[in-house]
Amino acid sequence: MADTTVEKTNATGAAGAAWRGHGAARRSTHTLRLRVSAALVAVTALAVLLVPPLVQLDQQAVDLSAKLLPPGWSHPFGTDDVGRDLLLRCVYGLRVSLLVGVVAALTATVIGTAVGATAGALGGWVDRAVMRLVDTVSSVPHLLLGIFIVAMFRPGVWPVVVSVALTHWLSTARIVRAEVLSLRSRPYIDAAVSGGASRWRVAVRHLLPGVLPQAGLAAVLMIPHAMWHESALSFLGLGLPTHTASLGTLIQGARGSLLAGQWWPTLFPGLFLIIPTLAIAGLAGVWRERINPRRRSELML
Amino acid sequence: MTVPPWGAMARLVARRALLAVPVLLVVTFGVFAIAAASPFDPVKAYAGTAALGADQETLDRLRENLGVDRPFAERWWEWLTSAAGGDFGQSSVMRQPVAEVIGERLVWSALLCAVAFAVAVLLGTVLGVLAARRPGSPLDRAVTSLAYALEAAPVFWIALLAIWLFALKLDVLPAGGLTDTGSEHVTAGQLLSHLVLPAGVLAVSQLPWFTLYVRQGVGDALAEDPVRGARARGLSERTVLLGHALRSGLLPVLTLIGSRVPELITGALLVESVFSWPGIAAATVEAATAVDFPLLAALTTLATAAVLAGNLLADLLYGLTDPRVKLSEM
Repeated sequence: MADTTVEKTNATGAAGAAWRGHGAARRSTHTLRLRVSAALVAVTALAVLLVPPLVQLDQQAVDLSAKLLPPGWSHPFGTDDVGRDLLLRCVYGLRVSLLVGVVAALTATVIGTAVGATAGALGGWVDRAVMRLVDTVSSVPHLLLGIFIVAMFRPGVWPVVVSVALTHWLSTARIVRAEVLSLRSRPYIDAAVSGGASRWRVAVRHLLPGVLPQAGLAAVLMIPHAMWHESALSFLGLGLPTHTASLGTLIQGARGSLLAGQWWPTLFPGLFLIIPTLAIAGLAGVWRERINPRRRSELML
Repeated sequence: MTVPPWGAMARLVARRALLAVPVLLVVTFGVFAIAAASPFDPVKAYAGTAALGADQETLDRLRENLGVDRPFAERWWEWLTSAAGGDFGQSSVMRQPVAEVIGERLVWSALLCAVAFAVAVLLGTVLGVLAARRPGSPLDRAVTSLAYALEAAPVFWIALLAIWLFALKLDVLPAGGLTDTGSEHVTAGQLLSHLVLPAGVLAVSQLPWFTLYVRQGVGDALAEDPVRGARARGLSERTVLLGHALRSGLLPVLTLIGSRVPELITGALLVESVFSWPGIAAATVEAATAVDFPLLAALTTLATAAVLAGNLLADLLYGLTDPRVKLSEM
């Protein structure tokens, strides 16, 4: 309730806040959340884009004299078991994970939007058959299907992207189909149909722009999911090869030193996975309120 | 409480079992199609390093014996008919029949998942109710932010940190396995101490979701008329919260319990491989790294069946607890 009044209180300014003190308190945490999330996403993006060109990291270079140093001034996150700086490795790993996540999420969204829009726009038995197929695929656990695909096509970047994309388009397809079905009964679609627009034109010109915000939201929310899946696969040793270390590979590689008592090679890659996830979820929550102010922002992940 | 409608429940189960048949057919067909499209050669996997020295004739004979030169639809059908009789083929990595591998490991996985799920549901309900009682209170904020942070954290990472804390720093719990090293038999005491950490981590990974949904459901229910009426009648806060708000607030959570089975399987996969728990999920990872197709196919089918069973369970629970829903209409 308080969240929905945010736009209104913004418009009416201080007067609005005066008669609704609770709303003002919520608004301040709301904008704080937005700013913190935006700042974190910006920092992540900058780090991922700027650090690699500026600081070269040789993934093969080892410096055994500096191995397993605890976090300190020269190495803020410490070093790993062959003396590589963990901060740098984490940024590189985040870059790989984020890249895989973004590509996989985009692919999944395109597949999901195409399937959902086709099912919703055509209706009838096509719709029923497609949605049955979606139900069937979604009854296989995602990670298991992902493991199966990667196992059959040997580990590497592309099998991981394909396996994440192939397991994640289902929710987008459902959302887009529901949205298309609700748009189809609107008067402007009737107007376009009676104006002689072809089925294709109605779908591309009138239905697709209407579902794009929802599909975009689904895509953004899918990036952390895709990153999570990629790191889980890498952690199980089925993901990326070690010379393109992702965050999951880093955690997997740190298992040996963890059992010897060194916690930092495990802790920091995990934090690098959590923080962008929360930041993206925070931003997506704000976006969702904007495109659908009536719905309360509930579960963000 | 009235007598449960056994007849309607049985009919629902029978209907779902019928619907599950085409789903399982499509899933197994898909699995065989993916395997047929993969560049991977089952003959080389079967022969191992011996394939390097073998001549073409031997390889061809092997190929014929294994039956991999035939179209995959034919192999799928053959696998399906023998699977219907309980024969899932031979696992190459475990050197055992697949059915035996699964039979040995199923009980450990089921134990782990059941304990973790029960803990997650109970703890999630308690935390959710506590958080929903006073929305915006420090407790509510702490619980909600913790839930979001845990939801974002990868479960294998939590598992590793838990090992570091409890097994290495505090030295109170064993780091993995089913029994202490060197002991031959599984005793109840050892099993319990080895179960705490994996089950706890799996429960923590499922916890945020339950907590947030219970908080949402109870919070919504607290604003509704029945609760206002109960308060107006002067019932104690405890009765209002547990007897009225929690009862109606738990309903939506109940339907979603069954739909959590895929996430539970995913979590179990990662937790079992971190703690070297001898369950099915750990076998999946081993089978995948060794490309053991018969075992993988059987496990995928099994997981799909488990998900379908979870959906059925959710519907049954919902039909039993919500008198407005008729089982015959699901």
